[in-house]
Amino acid sequence: MAVITGGNTGKLELPENVFVSKLDELANWCRKNSLWPMPFATACCGIELMATGASKHDLARFGAEVFRFSPRQCDLMIVAGRVVMKMLPVLQRIWLQMHEPKWCISMGACASTGGVFDTYAVVQGIDRFIPVDMYVPGCPPRPEQLIQAIIDLQDKIQREGTITGREFDTAERQRRKRALVEASELLTIDASRNPVIQRELTQIAGRN
Amino acid sequence: MAEPSTHADPSRSDPVLDALAAAVGPIETSTFRGQTRVVIDAERSMESLRLLKEQGFDLLVDVSCVDYLEYKGAKHRYGLVYLLASTATNRRLTVRLFVDDPDPTVQSVVPLWGAANWLEREVWDLFGIRFTGHPDLRRLVMPEAFTAHPLRKDYPLQGRGERHNFPVLTRDDG
Ligand code: SF4
Repeated sequence: MAVITGGNTGKLELPENVFVSKLDELANWCRKNSLWPMPFATACCGIELMATGASKHDLARFGAEVFRFSPRQCDLMIVAGRVVMKMLPVLQRIWLQMHEPKWCISMGACASTGGVFDTYAVVQGIDRFIPVDMYVPGCPPRPEQLIQAIIDLQDKIQREGTITGREFDTAERQRRKRALVEASELLTIDASRNPVIQRELTQIAGRN
Repeated sequence: MAEPSTHADPSRSDPVLDALAAAVGPIETSTFRGQTRVVIDAERSMESLRLLKEQGFDLLVDVSCVDYLEYKGAKHRYGLVYLLASTATNRRLTVRLFVDDPDPTVQSVVPLWGAANWLEREVWDLFGIRFTGHPDLRRLVMPEAFTAHPLRKDYPLQGRGERHNFPVLTRDDG
């Protein structure tokens, strides 16, 4: 056992193998190095997710290899693939069943934006309906990209985590972070009749 | 593409189609790459298909639908397609019939071929063709709460907002 001895100087003297830290940081350090992913793999991205966990890319190096199929045992949801209308209630239920603290990675173009599947049944980005911490672009993303996302997430946990989960507290925060806006309206509007676009066009013309 | 011909031409005599023509009147037949197609009257579909089954077409391969909205030269809105096959003679036959808005309805063939059950449910789900006499006409692929029939040509590709009609979960909910 380490004995902390205070001399007359009033300074704290610590043995070599003792560190002083904050409890929050200790908790973050534990959490980030033992992420247990929930593989929500619904499509082709799931194959890359499996490759990430398999021997060549070996997710165990980052402490995140324990894929669990029960949401009760997981703290990192990896949504890999497109989510359709029938699947979304399932996704939401599984998200609610996971214990705090929990994080979500949206893997691939489909999970993040709907990808090429801009159709009546496919949800255009899961972040419309559940909170997302990391987006991984690509179709599909390579395992290295997913690993980078996990490393970045670990960074984020270390930087902003608190032992009581204060960082998760506000819904407002999530709303501001939503990366996507409804694009279909933008794509279908008639520019000649839209005053906002017209104003911008005249401004640009005036500058030139 | 072969011209449609009325099946009265003796040089094309075919016992199955002859029997069908004898029972329900003149029918329109055509062949394309060795496959025979026949158009039957929607009102008498049950009678015609029962006869075809009795003539040896014991297997219903598929029931499908085509929406001919704004299709060049089309006289009707929906075309139903029944693909029949005979496991004894290996013969195949494409049977088509046409139905129209506002309430496209046709007799269910589940009493003839059990395989029609899910196939007709799929056509109902995606095209909104009502099959009278179907034992369980529920949606097959779309969620139950869905109200439209999305493969109709007048339904927008991106839907009418159904895909975004869900509660939003925030961190506070979890
Ligand atoms: S992003 Fe590409 S690889 Fe991933 S689920 Fe979509 S289509 Fe498949």
